[in-house]
This record gives sequence, C-alpha cells and structure tokens, in this order.
Amino acid sequence: MSLSPKLSSEQLAVNLAEIAPRYTEQQALVESSRCLFCFDAPCITACPTGIDVPAFIKKIMTGNVTGAARTILTANILGASCARVCPTEVLCEGACVLLDRDSDPIKIGRLQRYATDHVAEHKIQVLKPTPKRNGKRVAVIGGGPAGMGCAAELAHLGHHVVIFERKPNAGGLNTYGIAYYKMKPEISLEEVELVKSLGVEFRCGVEVGKDVTRAELDQFDAIFLGVGLGEGHRLRIPGEELPEVVDALTFIEQIHTEPLDRVPVGARVAVIGCGNTAIDAATQARRLGADKVVVIYRRGELDMSAYAFEYDLAKRDGASFLFHHAPLEVLGASGHVTGLRLALTRFNQSGAVEQIAGSEFNEPFDMVLKAVGQQKQSAWLTQLFPELELKPNGTMARHPDTGQTNLPNVFAGGDCANGGREVVNAVGEGKKAARGIHAFFGKPPVVGPIQPSRWGVAHGPYGSGLDAPIRVPELEAKYEQLSPASHPEPATSALTSKIQ
Amino acid sequence: MADLSSNLAGIESPNPFWIASGPPGNTAYQAHRAFEAGWGGVVWKTIGDPIRNVSSRYSSIDYGNMRMVGLNNIELISDRAPETNFREIAEVKKRWPHHAVIASIMVDTREHWHDFVRRSADSGADGIELNFGCPHGMCERGMGSAVGQNPDVAQTIIEWVMEVATIPVIAKLTPNITDITAAARAARRGGANAISLINTINSITQVNLDTFVPEPFVGGLSSHGGYCGPAVKPIALNMLQSCASDPKVRLPISGIGGISTWRDAAEFIALGATNVQVCTAVMHYGFRIVEDMIEGLNDYLDQKGFGSLDELRGRAVDTVRKWETLDLNYKRIAEIDYGKCIGCNLCYIACEDGAHQAIALANPAGYGLGPGRVPNKPVPEIKEEECVGCNLCSLVCPVQDCITMVSVETGLDRLAWADYQTRLAAGDATAFPPHP
Repeated sequence: MSLSPKLSSEQLAVNLAEIAPRYTEQQALVESSRCLFCFDAPCITACPTGIDVPAFIKKIMTGNVTGAARTILTANILGASCARVCPTEVLCEGACVLLDRDSDPIKIGRLQRYATDHVAEHKIQVLKPTPKRNGKRVAVIGGGPAGMGCAAELAHLGHHVVIFERKPNAGGLNTYGIAYYKMKPEISLEEVELVKSLGVEFRCGVEVGKDVTRAELDQFDAIFLGVGLGEGHRLRIPGEELPEVVDALTFIEQIHTEPLDRVPVGARVAVIGCGNTAIDAATQARRLGADKVVVIYRRGELDMSAYAFEYDLAKRDGASFLFHHAPLEVLGASGHVTGLRLALTRFNQSGAVEQIAGSEFNEPFDMVLKAVGQQKQSAWLTQLFPELELKPNGTMARHPDTGQTNLPNVFAGGDCANGGREVVNAVGEGKKAARGIHAFFGKPPVVGPIQPSRWGVAHGPYGSGLDAPIRVPELEAKYEQLSPASHPEPATSALTSKIQ
Repeated sequence: MADLSSNLAGIESPNPFWIASGPPGNTAYQAHRAFEAGWGGVVWKTIGDPIRNVSSRYSSIDYGNMRMVGLNNIELISDRAPETNFREIAEVKKRWPHHAVIASIMVDTREHWHDFVRRSADSGADGIELNFGCPHGMCERGMGSAVGQNPDVAQTIIEWVMEVATIPVIAKLTPNITDITAAARAARRGGANAISLINTINSITQVNLDTFVPEPFVGGLSSHGGYCGPAVKPIALNMLQSCASDPKVRLPISGIGGISTWRDAAEFIALGATNVQVCTAVMHYGFRIVEDMIEGLNDYLDQKGFGSLDELRGRAVDTVRKWETLDLNYKRIAEIDYGKCIGCNLCYIACEDGAHQAIALANPAGYGLGPGRVPNKPVPEIKEEECVGCNLCSLVCPVQDCITMVSVETGLDRLAWADYQTRLAAGDATAFPPHP
C-alpha cells in the first residue's frame, strides 16, 4: 500500500503547532526578573557563540527589548533559530547558577526568542551593514548555519561575501531539517534576509564543482567551507530500495517544502536509529497521523544519542521504542513495504553489538524511516580540493580557533568540520573562522563580544568570552556524551557488517 | 500564648493590628469584614466636610515582577456625609464592643473641630485621630499636612480639640517635615494623648513616557500624591525611633508606614510603637493578611519568652545613637561559605565597581565547592586586609547565609568619634592616617 496524507490541514496545523510558543510581555518580565545578572556568567561561556546572556535578559526586564535583540544578534546572527532549536538544557540553561540553588534555570531560550521575535515582527533593523571598504572577497560554500555565521561576521568586518548554496533557499537544515513543531522554515528564511541585509550576496541553486569551478573559487581571497553533511547512510539490507523506505531527513524536508496535508506518511512507521533526527522523524510521523510509530535501535535505552528531553517528547507523542533490535530485511509485496524482519541483538564480550541467532521475527510496517546518520562530504571535497587534508573520519583537519585548514586560504566550520553538532556550534565555528579569515588578511585580531568590564579580558586566564573561554570540563563532558558527534559511526554498521 | 492585647492611651484592642485610616476603613461593611478577619481596630477613613474625588486616584511602582512595592494616592478624605460615617461607627461599635474604632477627623475652625470631636464621642468611637498628615489636596485648603508641617498650628488645634475631648486623642503626623520630633513635641504640648506616624510621603511615582503625564492620570494632568507601602517602611522606622527616643515627646505611638507582615510589626514595636496600623497591604491583599500577622507575632513572642507586647516594646530604641558614639575600632569582615556559593560573582562585581575592591576572583583550586558548582570557574575571595566590613557583598548575595559578616578582634579599645576628638584636642591621641 502506498503512503498517503492522513489528516486534515486543520488537524495538522494543531498537531504541528509550535510546542514552545512565544512568551507574552508579562511572562518575559517575570522570567527575566528571576535572572541574577551574574558577573562573568557561566551561561555566556556555555554558549558556543558567546551571547552575553545576562545583558540581554536585563534589557528585556527594563523593556529595552530591541537592545536585547541587538545583543543577541551581534553575537549570533542566527539568534532567532537558535532560540528555538538549541538544546539549551545542556548549554546555557545547563550552566545556570540557579541550578545550584535548587531552582529552575532561567528559560534563556524562551527569552531569546521573545527578543528576536520582537525585532522580526516590528521589522526593526538592529544590525547596520558595514561599508565593504576592505576590498577582500570571500567565497562561502554552503548557506547553512556555519556559512551564514561566517558570512555575517565577515560582512560586519567589512568584507565582501558571496554564499554559494545548492538548494533553492539558504538556511541549510534550519530551512529544511528542523522538526516543524520547533521552528517553521519562515524563521530561517527571515534570517537569510537578515544576512542579506548586511550586504552578503547569495547565489542559490548553484552547485559548486559543477556550476562553479575551482578556478572561479580561487579568484576569491579566501574560501569558507560550510557544506554540512551528505546523504543519509544506507541500511544496506535487502528491500531498502522499496519506495516507502525514506531517509528521515528527506521526510522532514518534505514537511518543510510541501503543504502539510500533502505530506505522505504510513499508518505503521518504523524509524531506524535513535539519534535526535530519529526522534524528530518519529514525533513528526505521529503528528502527521501515523497510527503507530516504532523507533528501532540495536543498542539499549542508555546508549541512544538522542537528548533525554527529545526522547521524552517522542514518548509523550506516543512513539514506541524497540531497543536491542536490528532490521535484517525490509519485507515487501507488489513493490511496497509490508514490514521488517527484525532480530534481537546483544552486546558480545568485546562490547560490540551482535545478533542473537534464531531470534528473527517479522513485524508489519508500511513505511520505514532511516535515521542512521549522514555521510561525510569527503568524496566531494577531495574532488574539488584534492590537496585538502581530511581526518580519517572524513572531516577536515583545521585550527581549533581559526578554522583554517592545511590550505592557508581555505577555512572550514560546521557539520562538515565537526562531524555533526548543533546549529549553534556551526554558527560559532563560522564566526570564529570569519575572524580567522580577517586575521589571515592581515587585519588586527577581533575580540568579543565581551562585557566591557569583564575581569578576564585584562587579567586572564580566568576570564571568559569567545576568545578566552573559561573551560567547563564537566559541562563539556556532559555535552560530548550527549552530542551525536561522539557517535561518528553510523548506528547500524556493526550489525550490518556482521550480517554481510 | 503571649498576650497580644494592646492599650494605646486607654484605647484597648484585642491585638495591636489596626486598619489605618484610608480606603479599607471607609464603611461599616469594611469594618465588619476587618473585625471578622481578626483585626484589633479600625481607624475610620477621615471624616470631614464633604469633598469630591477625582478619577483616577492611585499609582504604584513595581520592582521586577513585584507589584506595588510603593503606592501613591491622591484620594481625599471620606466622600460620604459625616452623619453617615458617625452613624456607621455607632453600628460597628454596637456589634464589636471589644474592638477599637477610632474616628479620624479633619476640619478647619475651632467650632468645627469642637463639633466633630463631640460627634465622634457621641458615636461611641473609642478614640479620635486628628489627621495632620495628608500631603495632597486637603493641604491646599489649609488642612492635613499643612497643619502637620507647622507645629504651632498643630498645637493650637490640639488644644482646641482637648477643650472638649472626652475620649483619647491621637495626633497623626506627616513625614513631610524636616524634623518630625518638632511636630511630636507640639502634640505633647497641645495635650494629645498619643501620636501616630507616619502619614504618606509627597511623591510622584512614574512618568508616562508617551503622554509625559505622571500617574495617576486625571484628564491630562496629575498631582503630587501620598506615598506608602513596603518601600516607605525604613522612613517610618526612622521617624518612629526619633520620636520614641525624644524625652520631650514621651507619648504612646501608633506606628504606621509600610507594615505588611508580623515581622514589620515586631520591628515597629521594638522601636517603640504601642500598636501598628496597616493600610496598603490590605489594599493589596485584603483583610485576610491579619491571620498570619497575629499568628506570626504570637509565635515570635513565645519563642522569645515574652509574655506580652510590653516586653518587646522599645527594646531597640536605645541601640540607635548618634554616629559620633559608634566605636571606630570595631571591625567586621565578610566570610564566604564555599559550600553554599553558586558562583554568580555578584559579590565580586559589587565590591569591585561599587565599593572597596576587597574581593578577588581567585583560582578555585583548593576551595571546597558546593554541589553543582562549575569547577575551574573563578571563586570570589575576600581580601581580608582590604575588607572594611561594609556589608555590601552579603546584601547582594542571592544565597541565604552564604556570605556572613563576622566580627574581628582588633585588640583595640573602644573609641568613638566624640571621644577621639576630645582626646586629640587634649593631645592624648594621634590622628588616624587617611585611608590610602
């Protein structure tokens, strides 16, 4: 049976409405009043873009909401989308000192959204374009969070920037790949307009390597690579070619590019993998009207890379979880998916996942969503930049502070360089690389955003700010543990390699 | 259970909590509700010649999400007919014979005062409060604070009142005066039986930044209003102590000004008040707040082993002295409990930018950090040599008992400024070097 839309557009509008609506003015006042206005606050250092969180919260409290948005957007050009998609529980809010007073942390993400919504809704221009008097031109390949973060900072520093984007719209995963109930694609497109307003030139629908040659790129004074990750990993099991076996990101992209009442979904949906994308896919499949959604993971509940709050959300949405199970085959009849052949798995003595012989069984499904990670862009990169040094895992070797690769004029950041982390990491890395490029042009180093009175600036090494962050090893460990980046291998590889 | 009953210049009430003259004491209906809730007395909203009020009347200041930290009011005295008010006082007294009902009055001429004093007594009121305090509206007509600000006039009026008074008379004083003891002494000279203080303070709470008209807005204009509520408590306590410690006053005092809790009431009583009056807190939350006030004060007295309010009354009056009597050689410094510190560093920045640069941000190695503290984040460290013991860090610290001020033994004898000056003049001491 082929897939079909399941619900009316009215019902879908309810199901996929934002789960965290904007604060009212009063809610914003109450929440911002709780902030202690820490000096050298840990939330700032926990933010990969170094937003001066207490400063913007204080501004919300005084009614200077435009100023709050200025503080946010100066540090993080994608402040509006990060307010919605950041895993704040493990970043700024996870560092809030109120947690140490047995209190709820300040809802920094919700306040950030309140401020950025204010200027977006009232069309207040808080960032003014800088004259492009430096005469340097930079090509940014990839119009996602890393590319936009880099481009905005370069434009602010007076450089001319051209973004090359393969898709019809820039924004990357923010435009095409965020769970719909967290953020509508319009927010991302507004951010694209914001970056444009700073004087950045966008060339969308352009494939670098085909429409734009390496020789053309070399005409630029520097190149930033923010190309993200490639296609989803394959399951490499029989039946994968059936039409109802869909990559989870493709499924999510459909939700963003088609009217909701035309997005086809199965009645019984299997989601393979248990990262945050798997959760997004499972939750959205349920909200689109799937009767049953089963997330299938070959490891256990404690091994999943999805954040705990994402897992909770999927459970609340009625998704089921089948741990220690792996798909062996996608079953089909008449050219359509009818189910999965599954087997129980266990960890063997060396800790690898193995299939339990004789445990095979069939389970009916009419749709299979694959969420077992994305491939690196190594093939494409090697073709375009044969001399570029890659790490064994396919990401780029680069300077941690400047993003500079082994090619002096080529810089990198975001998922293609870090292996796949959060939007805010990509923006932060893009911004760092922009400063790296600025320095590469022989310009004086850029410092900030930093509170003028910050103790650390003058005295180090216990200061903070983007350039000299206070290290927070415990938080970083927690973050590493939770981040998909720590699971570089595709989730099913061990098992499938055994099967093969 | 301690004895909470109070007796202010002969006016008895089952507890020291009275409703202050104002909107909550405007009608018999409200007085009944107040007594049902547990209040010990009601000072009626000031009775005088009929007036007409404006709309709107109140405005306030908020702090963060705290509403009405201070309230401002341009409402005048009662807008009901005197005969209605006196009749209702009689009704209330009939139903609540053991509770205090005080007629607050404000008129102009001697004959007029005589008339209102007599009618107050005839109504069965337990006492009379002379409103010498309202700083808005009535003062423009030569009444209210216009009287309170001129001790001689106040004394004269009190003398008129005492010519015919048969029940205790309380003079209610205005804080809008340079030295409130001048007015309190005048009350004493005039023969008043007690004083009450403070009335409201001249104020403008806020300016509307679109219309440029302050609140409360009255058809495009505003006016100076009387300020009250929690924010005025420190001013009231200061004036209360001044009157309570003045040997030329020596009158029972009914304390008023920002009292919202039993704790506030206890502080007023410790600084010399016989009882307390509450208005704004009731305007905010209703009469029900008195339950906690009675219970809390009772438990506090029990805990301290005080059998009655008399044992608490005035205990703090004598500890407030002239600055010149304070010991220059006394020293205290701040101490941080690192087991409680959450790392907000507010103490650091307050001291660094706002006080005496006596806190460092130090390497956290070696500090026993509290649960959840982020390691490697710098910790505030008191520079004991620099600390002047100003208290600021302990005031800004958001964690209870995290920063405490501890006394330090200096080994030096007590030396007050006055003694120091005497000794310097006698060549008996060397001058302190100026702070570097």
